[in-house]
Amino acid sequence: MSPDLLKLIFGRLTIESLPLHEPIVVGTFAVVATGGLVMFAGLTYFRVWGYLWREWFTSVDHKRIGIMYMILGIVMLLRGFADALMMRLQQALAFGGSEGYLNAHHYDQVFTAHGVIMIFFVAMPLVTGLMNFVVPLQIGARDVSFPFLNNFSFWMTVGGAVLVMASLFIGEFARTGWLAYPPLSNIGYSPDVGVDYYIWGLQVAGVGTTLSGINLICTIVKLRAPGMTMMRMPVFTWTSLCTNVLIVASFPVLTVVLALLSLDRYVGTNFFTNDFGGSPMMYVNLIWIWGHPEVYILVLPAFGIFSEVTSTFSGKRLFGYTSMVYATVVITILSYLVWLHHFFTMGSGASVNSFFGITTMIISIPTGAKMFNWLFTMYRGRIRFELPMMWTIAFMLTFVLGGMTGVLLAVPPADFVLHNSLFLIAHFHNVIIGGVVFGAFAGIGYWFPKAFGFKLDPFWGKLSFWFWVTGFYLAFMPLYVLGLMGVTRRLRVFDDPSLQIWFIVAGIGAFLVFLGILSMLMQFAVSFLKREQLKDVTGDPWDARTLEWATSSPPPAYNFAFTPVVHDNDAWWDMKKRGYVRPLLGFKPIHMPSNTGTGIILAGFATAMGFGLIWYMWWLAAASFIALLAVGIGHTFNYHRDFDIPADEVIRTEDARTKLLAGAK
Amino acid sequence: MPTARRVPGNLDLSGATFRTATLDKLSNVRIAAPQLPLGPAKETHSHKAQPVSRLKILALLPLAVALSGCNYIVLAPAGDIAAQQRDLVIISTVLMLLIVVPVMALTVLFAWRYRQTNTSARYEPDWDHSTKLELVIWSAPLLIIVCLGALTWMGTHLLDPYRTLGRINADRAVDQSRAPLEVDVVALDWKWLFIYPDYGIATVNELAAPVDRPINFRITASSVMNSFYIPALAGQIYAMPGMETKLHAVVNHSGTYKGFSANYSGAGFSGMHFAFHALDDKGFDGWIAGAKSAGSTLGRAEYLQLEKPSQNEPVRRYGTIDSDLYRLILNMCVETGKMCQSEMMAIDAKGGLGHEGLNNTLPLAYDKYARRGTALGGEPTFVAGTCTPEAPQGQTTAAIKAPLDTAPLLGAGLKRPTFAPLKSSSFFFGQFPKSDS
Repeated sequence: MSPDLLKLIFGRLTIESLPLHEPIVVGTFAVVATGGLVMFAGLTYFRVWGYLWREWFTSVDHKRIGIMYMILGIVMLLRGFADALMMRLQQALAFGGSEGYLNAHHYDQVFTAHGVIMIFFVAMPLVTGLMNFVVPLQIGARDVSFPFLNNFSFWMTVGGAVLVMASLFIGEFARTGWLAYPPLSNIGYSPDVGVDYYIWGLQVAGVGTTLSGINLICTIVKLRAPGMTMMRMPVFTWTSLCTNVLIVASFPVLTVVLALLSLDRYVGTNFFTNDFGGSPMMYVNLIWIWGHPEVYILVLPAFGIFSEVTSTFSGKRLFGYTSMVYATVVITILSYLVWLHHFFTMGSGASVNSFFGITTMIISIPTGAKMFNWLFTMYRGRIRFELPMMWTIAFMLTFVLGGMTGVLLAVPPADFVLHNSLFLIAHFHNVIIGGVVFGAFAGIGYWFPKAFGFKLDPFWGKLSFWFWVTGFYLAFMPLYVLGLMGVTRRLRVFDDPSLQIWFIVAGIGAFLVFLGILSMLMQFAVSFLKREQLKDVTGDPWDARTLEWATSSPPPAYNFAFTPVVHDNDAWWDMKKRGYVRPLLGFKPIHMPSNTGTGIILAGFATAMGFGLIWYMWWLAAASFIALLAVGIGHTFNYHRDFDIPADEVIRTEDARTKLLAGAK
Repeated sequence: MPTARRVPGNLDLSGATFRTATLDKLSNVRIAAPQLPLGPAKETHSHKAQPVSRLKILALLPLAVALSGCNYIVLAPAGDIAAQQRDLVIISTVLMLLIVVPVMALTVLFAWRYRQTNTSARYEPDWDHSTKLELVIWSAPLLIIVCLGALTWMGTHLLDPYRTLGRINADRAVDQSRAPLEVDVVALDWKWLFIYPDYGIATVNELAAPVDRPINFRITASSVMNSFYIPALAGQIYAMPGMETKLHAVVNHSGTYKGFSANYSGAGFSGMHFAFHALDDKGFDGWIAGAKSAGSTLGRAEYLQLEKPSQNEPVRRYGTIDSDLYRLILNMCVETGKMCQSEMMAIDAKGGLGHEGLNNTLPLAYDKYARRGTALGGEPTFVAGTCTPEAPQGQTTAAIKAPLDTAPLLGAGLKRPTFAPLKSSSFFFGQFPKSDS
């Protein structure tokens, strides 16, 4: 074939784009491909594809979508963590003239991918998954406001993850750091596909995140059970509401800034170039106007989880509910007024720097108030140290440290000596692992019985807990120390041999975390095997307080046969106290949304379009875009959007539960 | 921001307002540490020993031991600015520990005391509000933040890197009769260029300054963002192309310290470090003389060669330099024929050239070493320079040399991409008017 024709079909994709010369990548590909083939063959052999397609991929049930988000987050955690281990190994080895085992081309991709994956494809799916699963149950709703949109949002997130994963084997990922600052990320200094993978991966996933934000806001505002006023909403629902407000207000900024960067890269505009009046600093401002709210998007739901867990396992009402709610709202608002603290060192004047430093510190006031509220929820309680509560205690001890170093970095002159150092790395891992990750794990342990009808095995869970906690401290305390020695981030080789010991300790810590992750996977496997022993028949295994525990575990497709009426902010606790009797008669047909494959198909085309744009395969991009429009418009003519679960089926389901409950007594 | 010279007493952060016992101890760390083995760190200090009471040394022992094993340069710097920044780090940490320690202690205490098996502890399942407690909960962090906020406001203004120095160290004001050392810093891919305009010399990856003489840095970059950071001297500040940042600092102890880029800038980032020599006056004069005697010259042509990406560059010295070079780098017009940013801004400030200005562009053959157009955009151009005293006929394209290899550069030592932009595609998004060429 002629080179012109090849270029027309494949754009800039050639055989040399495949990283065949990188043995590490080839090895990884072999393992992934073998694993994938085995799984594919297995699923085909057991004829599970039809079931998966009908019951999961096309499902609009918020519970199943929530679970799929969690699976996505955990799978991507494995990839993101593999990157972390590679970095720790490289930095522990590259001393005394040794180049380590990764060249700059590979190492720079690894740390970029690690950041991008951990934030966008681990933390976000875990948080969104928990909100998706829990919020409708907590407010006594049957689903989210826009169930189809929910399915579409999920698959868009998957589409972004697919693009980022594809970059591992086809071409390369960005070598710019996770926020891709120009001019480095502009076409002049990153002419290859890495940054394009970054842009389109995030754009595709970003659509999903924004839509899911709109969906959840609408759900919380409109679908609460009768009697659940705003000030009777469970705290997790409150934090979810604030998080989704943040998502809807900040993700468009990310979309726009990446769109401007793509214009620079594709059509030669000069938004962020050095020349022609472009301003790279504008990009830095815009990306952090998204980026700072993003960290609160992640941590607020975690705060909500800790509130639910502390109150449940202390057997006590949450201390200071009102102040908790106001603290959350204050954090939401303030999170927009602090973005500049990420670049005090870019030459802003002293007054500007002080302003943003002080607004940043002010956030620690409501956060501190929250910390005290959890503390006084425990006070005069009866604390059961189940796994979710253990994660909560670990969080409280870890997060205050991270908060403290965070406020320290908010003092501009202190930031001048610590900015971009390993101290900063230690700080944000301290708050993200200590806050978001511990929170997600507490949430998984807490709501797992609700989702699957059996509890998680405590032995492997505790093993995982201790590996994670000790591993975290071993991995990141040395980085604080290194930061005080003036060691900066993203270095590939070192020449001062006295630093090596600290990197080795950090490497050991990362390895312990790895054991923690393995134990957690083991925990899922063991719990599945022991599911009969760990079974939860009551639907309320923790003697909990909010509405999700009023229904069965796992809940029926319609969540609640009758919409509950709420009289108190611990609605289920209140119902239990007042001797609530589960209705056994009078069931009616329940109106529910139908499954649809449109979401996954649309996301598939969006991903293909991204791929076409990345490789300059213009025909693919254009064709996918047209298909996207056609399927989208076509879907508006689909009138089979809903159905009624017949009363018979509701009666059968509820009767089965009645029997189960009777057996439990 | 023009700032009046400050009265030395006013800017003493560790002065009356904030002088605490902790600070007293810490200001001694620097003195105590060198008496202990400094470990294998390369940096050498020659601090002047000062009398320190034995009691104080004893009180410092744990800290000093911790410091002795490694080189905590951020906590024990050699420059006054970095030392004041260190003080702020310490004071802020101590302030926050006031609330962090009780919270951590209470967490452990409550978790232990109210465990399920301890049935003797009080259990009040419905107790969920106490106005008094709420007041404490909100006001305790608030008080700390009020203190910290005041400290931040003052510290940020006093330690503003743009502010000229008022003191050499805690005890000495700046000697007004002695001019500060001017150094122009350029971050290149991936090395540092230091220009000494007053001495007419330049160096690559080596910086020297006399002890106790204020240094005024003007900082820019050639292509991407870097951050100029010498932990022993002062906090960092970004080096950005087409923009200038400033840093004012002074070094108090002679020695050799490490400087580097603190913002990732591409493949050669790890090797982008340099030695900073703090010398006595005699040593510094000798160093300048040494650089002067180095025969090489740094003019515009040599600079354009130098700025091309390279990694792990050795130290270089230039005895003669083009005195206008820094201005040209900052204005991104080292290449002859390119309009300087300053001219462009001056023209724009007068209303610009309007649509006619579009004709004042030339096809871009060589913009730094990269950016040769996008897949769908027009042919890359640049704004042509107007006539200058040096080139009264206006600039011509003849002076612009296309590089031998026109492929986009991925970084030193890396494979080149196989893709070249589609040249014929500019009709997609309209053509840019160009001069005849």
